[in-house]
Amino acid sequence: MLKIKNYVKVKSIAEAYELNQKKSACVLGGMIWLKMGNRNVSTAIDLSGLGLDTVQEREDEFHIGCMTSLRDLETNAALNEFTQGAVRESLRHIVGVQFRNCATVGGSIFGRYGFSDVLTMLLALDTWVELHHAGRIPLAEFAQMKKDRDILEAVIVKKTPQQSVYLSQRNTETDFPVLTCAVSLCGGRARTVIGARPGRAKIVEDPDGILNGLTEMPETERTGAVQKFAEYAAEHTTFGSNMRASEEYRKLLAEVLVRRAWETLGGMKR
Amino acid sequence: MNYVSRPVRKKDAMALVTGKPVYTNDLAPKDCLIVKLLRSPYANAWVEEIRTDNASRVEGIAAVFTYKDVPQNRFTLAGQTYPELSPYDRLIMDPHLRYVGDTVAIVAGETEDAVDKALKRIKVKYRVEEPVLDMHKAKDGPILVHPEDNWEAKVPVGADNRRNLCASAVEESGDVDKILSECAYTVDQTYHTKANQQTMMETFRTYCYMDYFGRLNVVSSTQIPFHVRRILGTALDIPSSKVRVIKPRIGGGFGAKQTSISEIYPAFVTWKTGRPSKILFSRYESQISGSPRHEMEIRVRAGADENGIVRALDVYTLSNGGAYGEHGPTTVGLSGHKAIALYRHTEAYRFAYDVVYTNVQSAGAYRGYGATQGIYAVESAVNELAHKMGMDPVKIRELNMPVQGGPLPAYDGVCKTAASCTMDQCMERAKEMMNWDEKYPCRDMGNGKVRGVGVAMAMQGSSIAGIDVGGASVKLNEDGSYTLGLGCADMGTGCDTILAQMAADCLETPLDNIVVFGVDTDISPYDSGSYASATTYATGTAVVNACRELREKICSLGALMLESDPANVDFDGEYVYAGENKVSLRDIAVRGTCGNTQELQVTQTYSSPISPPPFMVGMAEVEIDKETGSAKVVDYVAVVDCGTPINPNLVRVQAEGGIAQGIGMALYEDIQYSKKGVIRNNSFMQYKIPTRLDIGDICVEIKGSYEPSGPFGAKSVGELVIDTPCPAITEAIYNATGVRVRELPATAEKIAMGMLKNRLEK
Amino acid sequence: MNLSFWLNGKLCNDEVEPGMMLLELLRTKGCYSVKCGCETSNCGLCTVLMDDRPVLSCSVPALRAEGKKIVTMEGMQKEAEEFGSFLADEGAEQCGFCNPGFIMNIFAMERELTDPTEEEIQEYLAGNLCRCSGFVGQTRSIRKYLAYKESQKKEGIRE
Repeated sequence: MLKIKNYVKVKSIAEAYELNQKKSACVLGGMIWLKMGNRNVSTAIDLSGLGLDTVQEREDEFHIGCMTSLRDLETNAALNEFTQGAVRESLRHIVGVQFRNCATVGGSIFGRYGFSDVLTMLLALDTWVELHHAGRIPLAEFAQMKKDRDILEAVIVKKTPQQSVYLSQRNTETDFPVLTCAVSLCGGRARTVIGARPGRAKIVEDPDGILNGLTEMPETERTGAVQKFAEYAAEHTTFGSNMRASEEYRKLLAEVLVRRAWETLGGMKR
Repeated sequence: MNYVSRPVRKKDAMALVTGKPVYTNDLAPKDCLIVKLLRSPYANAWVEEIRTDNASRVEGIAAVFTYKDVPQNRFTLAGQTYPELSPYDRLIMDPHLRYVGDTVAIVAGETEDAVDKALKRIKVKYRVEEPVLDMHKAKDGPILVHPEDNWEAKVPVGADNRRNLCASAVEESGDVDKILSECAYTVDQTYHTKANQQTMMETFRTYCYMDYFGRLNVVSSTQIPFHVRRILGTALDIPSSKVRVIKPRIGGGFGAKQTSISEIYPAFVTWKTGRPSKILFSRYESQISGSPRHEMEIRVRAGADENGIVRALDVYTLSNGGAYGEHGPTTVGLSGHKAIALYRHTEAYRFAYDVVYTNVQSAGAYRGYGATQGIYAVESAVNELAHKMGMDPVKIRELNMPVQGGPLPAYDGVCKTAASCTMDQCMERAKEMMNWDEKYPCRDMGNGKVRGVGVAMAMQGSSIAGIDVGGASVKLNEDGSYTLGLGCADMGTGCDTILAQMAADCLETPLDNIVVFGVDTDISPYDSGSYASATTYATGTAVVNACRELREKICSLGALMLESDPANVDFDGEYVYAGENKVSLRDIAVRGTCGNTQELQVTQTYSSPISPPPFMVGMAEVEIDKETGSAKVVDYVAVVDCGTPINPNLVRVQAEGGIAQGIGMALYEDIQYSKKGVIRNNSFMQYKIPTRLDIGDICVEIKGSYEPSGPFGAKSVGELVIDTPCPAITEAIYNATGVRVRELPATAEKIAMGMLKNRLEK
Repeated sequence: MNLSFWLNGKLCNDEVEPGMMLLELLRTKGCYSVKCGCETSNCGLCTVLMDDRPVLSCSVPALRAEGKKIVTMEGMQKEAEEFGSFLADEGAEQCGFCNPGFIMNIFAMERELTDPTEEEIQEYLAGNLCRCSGFVGQTRSIRKYLAYKESQKKEGIRE
């Protein structure tokens, strides 16, 4: 069981950062994951009084406060318009509305969980994280870093012109995913992310440029390119087994989901 | 008749929907000691040394108990009539730990914090031994789960602890091998079902307190109050007369609470300390130390002649009992009896089984109770047989299904024929509802999806013949109302209400004029409890009989008041008439309290010599993604013969709920173990039951027969309804994809990999 | 630590332990309708409204309720009776243990979605598990209840 000794509703991020330098301290997100653990927390740091719980649309970016609930992200009209509904699709399968009202974007991203739909989705966009100490760094870089004592203040989605599609496979509708897949054409560059491998979501590069100029290709060529890349992605991603599925099945799924996602994005499929 | 066959509201409905505090933990006294258990981290280990002094010193700790403190009488936690068929293989705590989660110590304290702290301070030295986790290796294997000398099987069921056998037998009729060899078509396949959790929303929980007579009062979420009373007496080594068990409203059971999972711990604490105490199992504990469905592997050999007549069935069941034997010898029986009896032309059958001990979570009773597993296997085998013959699976059933007045091979030896049966009508109606002829075998939807349909039949029983006891007491109160005292346990199913419906009709009185009371073992009439699909049928008959007798008593007192002969009076529920004269029920009731010497109270007990089966047909339409293997039940139709439906709404909800559970079992519910015997699906995060997004449309209809031995013609329904989804859904998957899943659950992965394999083989 | 919040319309001041979850606090304050069905935020039994939004009280630290309006079924008895009648008329309340959390989420859904489709209803309520009913009876009751509310609204407009 989780045991908490002190509970501090901080007045500033600086205060939170300072308190968090102790190893036994802990920043509270939505409490969903944290409360299941068996740990003794000396100081629980609550950021909920700092007004970091909203999505703000700015001229060139979406500023998503770390305490923004997954539900608010899911129902944010502007962000969903920007991503053609992909953000909503990436969130709506997560347990239930009440759960998503509790779980926070900061908690989901900071945890860098393997099963994370949110991480998969945001990696496909031009996403940055704002850390109190380390400042603004690309999400892709942050996702590879080890957990440290920094404080994640916000997630920034740049309004780089993009199209994106999100797909996931689940054993039941609201279970953790067996595999997640997000693809995007972001600033004209193709990006593919595969998550729940079951390891942390990873960007699959396209070094041979298979998808280069995808939208301009004639239909048959496009179909061939997408198929070729789907096979490439499945082949060049590492998968593992867990209680939800085997490595073998994940590989099969990856090819299907990557292909379908690109087919949708390429306008070959609704 | 005013209430029977009408969809009246449950009598407790409004309390439940408005969230009133009516469950065990809502009622527990505030000053209860909190009871928690230290559980074994090993699947097979011995406690070599255990030190509790540090734990006892934690402030607020009232008691720490270990195996050294408990009585040495072995017992079973199975809620069954004495002498139980389940072996006596338990102690409250034993130095020999037999599964991951077995009890090492009991801690009771003022607060949860104190108890958690104390649990961490218990020092245990374990001698860890190799466990037997694979049920195939248990029988006659080198590792014994129960090597102890005082292990005892009270009833000869073929059990032998020196062989890891909890039960074993062979039942035969005719020469199966000979008939099979004559059959034009045969199949020989093995089907594997996994352990499943009931996952009632209210986990196991109990609180206890001592009363002014020095008796142990036990308030518990249980289906078996009277068995708990006996079990606690044996386990604590005290007279059962010292134990009183009360059942409040309970948050679901589905058989899980037919085993006394949580009661012994607070009972022991309260008995020892004299203080009130309670235990609330976490979901985690309910998942790792509950009483799930028996994992079974069932080999079926089935044979039919060239016309599609099923002539022989040979069924062998290997059942995994886990660490303790609760319900092991009994569940296995149903895996043969309820499945073979579906084929009325069977000339010869053999049903053999072994139930083995292993070092995994002990299995127990889960709705369907072995029939679910057996019917999955036999119905699947018959589907495979139909495909071999090129026959529609509906057709083979039409040729072979049970018919009214027809035989029930292998059923139970007592109920030789089906006195009431509308299986033929159920099949006909299900076909219409599903639009079977058009949809069979499958339809390509043109979008990468294909839809297949599948069919299965099922039967269950109505109470355990010659064993189960239903009890009812009815009394007329001073104000002209009646109190119906019951010993069966309403677990949300609504039996309190349907039994009141029967009483209201028998007594020709408004339903609101009947107060229902249950269950308190001090006051309620004896009833074996709510399990084995017994309540409507057996307790219902007791209610009808009790009401009939009470009417006679009312007439008799009315006759006295009218100065008439009891033989010459009539009672219409409001008045007793003697010719022109009449006296009101109210006046009779008042008379009953003044200078009266005739009791206006009747208790009746009923046990049925037969267990008439209810019948059902289930059909599934499943949509499969041809690439990912994702399977979704888009439509499920079911037509049920439960005799007379006493409350059609409650029958329907029973069916819908049972089918939803069956869908979970068919497609994703699975208890998986690590190599060391640790359960991986130890929470709702990892053990997925269907949500409302996972259930397609479920359409239920009733084609009631009239069961002459049942109250108002009723049979059971509660368990039957979980039996068809597994075979119907796996058959639909086969019809859609050509993949036959013989090991549940039929996950998307199995289907996708199966399709891939089929493609490669082509 | 001191906590001040609104519970079913009443301002409460409580001394709470730092690690206490809202679920536990609500039950100690007599809100027994709030049930616990799991430890992993998966069942929805503990659903209450926090500033009109449905949350899992098992996962909200009590101290996060500071200054907020918490509503449990104890505070919505009339509404519970109204919807509950529809549920009871289907027999779909069954054991009842999941009912309060489920019904509180229906109230949240009513507030958030106008004229929801069946699909939207199922998705909104997906986090409320029920093992008894198989859900279809619950869905029937919701459909009938929403139709009834709609007809009430229309009558209101006519008057």
